Amino acid sequence: MAEKLNFHLVSPERELFAGLVDQVVVPGTEGDFGVLAEHAPVMATIRPGAITVFEDGAKRRIFVNGGFAEVTPEGLTVLAEDAVDVTAVDMAALSQELQDAREDAADAKTDEDREAAQAVVDRIEALQAAVQTDAYA
Amino acid sequence: MPSLKEFRNRIDSVKSTQKITKAKQMVAAAKLRKAQEAAEAARPYAQRIAAVVANLSASMADNPGAPKLLVGSGKDDVQLLIVATADRGLCGAFNTNIVRKAREEIVRLERDGKTVKILCVGRKGYDQLKTLYKDRIIDVVSFREVRQITSHEASEIAERARAMFEGGEVDIVKLIYSEFRNVISQVPTVQTLLPAAASIDPEAKGPDLKGAAYEYEPNEEEILAALLPRNLTSQVFNALLQNVAGEQGASMTAMDNATRNAGDMINRLTLEYNRKRQANITKELIEIISGAEAL
Repeated sequence: MAEKLNFHLVSPERELFAGLVDQVVVPGTEGDFGVLAEHAPVMATIRPGAITVFEDGAKRRIFVNGGFAEVTPEGLTVLAEDAVDVTAVDMAALSQELQDAREDAADAKTDEDREAAQAVVDRIEALQAAVQTDAYA
Repeated sequence: MPSLKEFRNRIDSVKSTQKITKAKQMVAAAKLRKAQEAAEAARPYAQRIAAVVANLSASMADNPGAPKLLVGSGKDDVQLLIVATADRGLCGAFNTNIVRKAREEIVRLERDGKTVKILCVGRKGYDQLKTLYKDRIIDVVSFREVRQITSHEASEIAERARAMFEGGEVDIVKLIYSEFRNVISQVPTVQTLLPAAASIDPEAKGPDLKGAAYEYEPNEEEILAALLPRNLTSQVFNALLQNVAGEQGASMTAMDNATRNAGDMINRLTLEYNRKRQANITKELIEIISGAEAL
């Protein structure tokens, strides 16, 4: 692969990743799409899921809880709400969190609380799914 | 004329005050560095999202289907002022300056017949505003327990403002905070957050596409609808970070002054103490000598 893609992953707090990579697969709202160098300009929203970064034959998967991707001639920028490296996830702790979140959702008294708790449940479920299944294995 | 003992007590008390201000100054210096780093780290996201929103909204502005967050209700009768100050004192005129700016804004708006609602972020602003504007304050948010402000706290405030705006409770949302220029200069600033069209930085330009056009996925409206709340959060977050940095900067300067003042005061008191002591000794000597001569 001759050309490298300039990839930036930024969260509101800080820049999480910046560098040259071979390819990035982004979980778009309307489906995954791969970005290589010289990709046409795109603006897309992201659904909660794993971003897969390919670099020198190695692969790194980063979970993002939704966000926004922009491809320009300069490269790919992903604005993520929060991002975690999939390998850094502790599954046991996650199951516990999920259980807690489900209980919160069940106990919620107002619609607002229920929605907030449900959002947490959805996020954890998406994270769990991302850890368990690697679509680009 | 106070006695020698009173002088000694005075000097001791000023010395212990000086120790406190000195410690506070060093703490502020350390926190300032952290706060500046946080503000620095948050910049790429803020810049990117502002550029994208500016880009998108330019093409949406004349569109009748433009989201309400962008164009607003067309009225400006009810205005929400988010007054962001610090939670702690000992930072000179930092909080007072923000409150003064807020008060000017409130007076100006009310003279024009607008209704003002206030959301206080930070205890200190609330303490100062409640005497005059208690009935206009809708709530106080305090991050006293939060060690490091993250976008989570910012989104709490942004969500509330957005809910009120979309629910039609308010027509305009403004944020008053202290812009961090440098360590010794913080400038209280009023920034319009919503409708978003008023807050867009015309300087923020998108990247050069080299003649190509963006593909939108799903479409421009939906992307904009998803981005506007995030941009709002990003702006609030940025303001909070600048406030934290400004607070520590102001605190450092104020405590530096206080330490120096305490030093001057100790010098002055010590001089007076010595002079008094010398005067006492001279007086006693004169008494002894004149007593001896009288014999």
